[in-house]
Amino acid sequence: MSTVLEEKALEHAGGASIVNDFSIHVATANGSGSMSSNNILMRSIFQMGIPVSGKNLFPSNIQGLPTWFTIRASKEGFIARRRDIGVLICMNPETVHEDIRTVHAGAAVICEESLNLTSLRNDVQFYPVPFAKLVLELVHDGKLRRLAVNMIYVGVAAWLLGIDMEEIHKAVVKQFKSKEKAIEINWTAIRGGYDWAEKNLTKRDPFRVERMNATDGKIIIDGNAAAAIGCVMAGVTVLAWYPITPSSSLAESVMDYARRFRMDPKTGKPTCAIVQAEDELAAAGMVMGAGWAGARAMTTTSGPGISLMSEFVGLGYYAEVPAVIVDVQRVGPSTGLPTRTMQGDILSTYFLSHGDAKHILVIPGSVEECYTLAMEAFDLAEKFQTPVFLMTDLDLGMNNWMADPFPYPENGVDRGKLILTGEALQDHVRKFKESARYKDVDGDGIPYRTLPGLIDNPTAAYFTRGSGHSERATYTEKPEDYKANVDRLARKFETARAFVPKPVLSNGSGSPVGVIAYGSSDFAVEEARVLLERKGVRTDYLRLRALPTTVEVPAFVAAHERVYVVDQNRDGQMHDLLRLELPADAMKLRSIRHYDGFPLDAETVVEGIEAGEKA
Amino acid sequence: MSSVAEPKALPTNRVGLTVKEYGGLKSTLCVGCGHDVITRQITQAFYDMGVEPYRTAKMSGIGCSSKTTAYFADRGHGFNAVHGRMPAVATGAVLANSTLLAIGVSGDGDTASIGAGQFVHLLRRNVPMIYIVENNGVYGLTKGQFSATADMGSRLKTGVVNDLPAIDLCAMAIELGCAYVARSFSGDMKQLLALLKGAVAHRGTALLDVISPCVTFNNHEDSTKSYKWAKDHEIPIQEIGFIPFFDEIAVEYDPGTTQDVELHDGSHIRLKKLREDYDPTNKRAAFDLLHEAQEKGEFLTGLIYVEPQKKDFVSLLGLTDEPLATLPLDRVRPGREALAQMMEELR
Repeated sequence: MSTVLEEKALEHAGGASIVNDFSIHVATANGSGSMSSNNILMRSIFQMGIPVSGKNLFPSNIQGLPTWFTIRASKEGFIARRRDIGVLICMNPETVHEDIRTVHAGAAVICEESLNLTSLRNDVQFYPVPFAKLVLELVHDGKLRRLAVNMIYVGVAAWLLGIDMEEIHKAVVKQFKSKEKAIEINWTAIRGGYDWAEKNLTKRDPFRVERMNATDGKIIIDGNAAAAIGCVMAGVTVLAWYPITPSSSLAESVMDYARRFRMDPKTGKPTCAIVQAEDELAAAGMVMGAGWAGARAMTTTSGPGISLMSEFVGLGYYAEVPAVIVDVQRVGPSTGLPTRTMQGDILSTYFLSHGDAKHILVIPGSVEECYTLAMEAFDLAEKFQTPVFLMTDLDLGMNNWMADPFPYPENGVDRGKLILTGEALQDHVRKFKESARYKDVDGDGIPYRTLPGLIDNPTAAYFTRGSGHSERATYTEKPEDYKANVDRLARKFETARAFVPKPVLSNGSGSPVGVIAYGSSDFAVEEARVLLERKGVRTDYLRLRALPTTVEVPAFVAAHERVYVVDQNRDGQMHDLLRLELPADAMKLRSIRHYDGFPLDAETVVEGIEAGEKA
Repeated sequence: MSSVAEPKALPTNRVGLTVKEYGGLKSTLCVGCGHDVITRQITQAFYDMGVEPYRTAKMSGIGCSSKTTAYFADRGHGFNAVHGRMPAVATGAVLANSTLLAIGVSGDGDTASIGAGQFVHLLRRNVPMIYIVENNGVYGLTKGQFSATADMGSRLKTGVVNDLPAIDLCAMAIELGCAYVARSFSGDMKQLLALLKGAVAHRGTALLDVISPCVTFNNHEDSTKSYKWAKDHEIPIQEIGFIPFFDEIAVEYDPGTTQDVELHDGSHIRLKKLREDYDPTNKRAAFDLLHEAQEKGEFLTGLIYVEPQKKDFVSLLGLTDEPLATLPLDRVRPGREALAQMMEELR
């Protein structure tokens, strides 16, 4: 089967260009400073009005191991990972043979001239560049050459693809802010690369960029920074965290934004306490204590941290303590692929802890939603007095995405059923005869809570325990008390169904085929639906944004004959969960799974649905 | 307020409360448990100091000791956390509301074994709270296994001998920067009360390692945490007097035999030296004292180390004085210009 690129390359034999529709793959060694170069490349294309996305496929290592960065330009606005590579830039001698061997036919390959690689393939277009020689000429400071050599490929790529050098210069200035010397050194290297290429190379591949108008006013941001802004705007007051890839940059972004934008307008003092805890157990414990005492408290973590937090999360569920836990999902425990992406914690997090426990999961599918749903997660946590999980993943969290600037939150916050003053407590007692911490006086399963230290009244305080407590928060081991409490918790969870973020629906194609996906899969699924439609397969689409499922989900499944559930994990975790939630329609659900550690691409979804439809 | 008239009016304290209003539920521990004595002294110390009980946050982990926070100050909120993890919960609570008076009650298992990690970091941060270890050398609730503070060579009722060294929580605390470190014995009520009042007056983590015999599992002859052993071996290093900030200092003292330490809230601790030249503000001397006691097998009690001016964690973070928990939205949500600036930087 030929790939899209191969078809395009064949077309090109007839002279057609491939404009704004390819991906650039840069292979370097980790720690060689190529991030700046790659950012400049991506940004300059973005500045030319062309939709882009950038992904860092990196190892768990600080220096030396191979790493790849892929930039996708797409005039149609597709920003998922693209399986085929248009332009390969080989800067890592360790991997260069493998990189060239695996690239698709028709690709353009920029590589070191002295390595004599052009005989490796005859179906790709080689552009050998004497990087080692050029860097000696262009960069006088010997110590800077290792980094600056990466700027030379930016210049070569700019020439090859027709990227406007003015835009490159702007991107350089943005990258190095006001560091004049850095700007000058890097610009010289880029310019040198460009000039050399112009003089010595002849373009023989079809890939090029052309100015568009599709990125005006847009921002580029990773999901972690976007979620951090959401948390800062939500008014987070306590953040306790423990470093773990890929979530660390989220906590660090909160720190950075809080330092700049969360100083009390009245006193000039910080209004968010940030603690780097000794481990995830402590981080979860601090969040529990803070949430209990009334803070908007959060932590950030990934799968291994989630399991360490398990006991506290159960306590939070039973003691009814609000908390926001951001899980930037990655692959597996311990060493292995901690720097690769996966939607691996859906099942374990939904049921996290022991005894009967179920949790609200909020699942953003874009950087905009990392921002908006982070805010919503705080409201849900306080409204339902329970730990709420914001489930993102490494692809969404650490990679660069285009977005419209985030809107200012026009609504206030929902702090839930809080009794904060003596008067409010008296009103409550007047209305409900007593103040009982765990009594369901409104019939929605959600009780009222007081906070420690605020109300000088003997009825204000209660004693917080785990699973065994009565409506009045007194110790009990009576079967009927225990059962009444867990049944109320189940009722509260049912109430939550009506308040968690609703799915996003693309309905009404009349097709019997439905697709359900969530989180970062959205980019690939949206693209796959377009590709499928071009092949005559129409689909409806429901993007889940939360668990528990809302009423739209069973309705969607009922309305279709075959529903493909896209998971980025081996076992089809969401697929299995939906089968549990929708037993009557369970047999309609089919599973498409992607689980190699790389972000999902559209072709995987296309192939999965095509295979299913043929079967 | 439940101001049901008492038959005989009890005296009231500085904030107009009777000692009864510092009480809690009836204890469900074994009769004669050392922990109940400590509970009574906490109640008394809070009353004497005029602590407003609704401002207290009573934190605990899991174990017999951790149940006791329900037995005092029931006008304050309590949080029975998970085993060994009370320090983190207390840290979070204090950050959310730094006006709380946090008191943690833990045991030797909850602190020195499962909770050692969190205990260490609580001390290192100097989180403002009173941290009491009700130390009996055994796990009571699970029926008498050795804990990590059991002395080497001590024997369980079943005949099992502990052949691992004990963790000295006071030495550990001093090493980690704790600025109020005391050891006491639940049988020495006067000393314990004075040390508890000092802990209320201190700002920062105040550690009280209180030997509190387990009458059911560790009060027999071969135990080094029994009432008899403790009574026979206790050597107080000072006679401790306490003058609260709201009382006038009436009595002069002889600096030769007595040391005066002013605490954070203006209260004073008067230490009549029983051990020659021991200065509890000297960290090195404190280490020497503890090491010497360990070598000789002595059971020393008293204020071992104090550093009243040390910055606590909340001050270190420089947080607002008002509780973060109740700051209004306009003080915790950046304005439109701020968001616009964040967006501009990302273009």
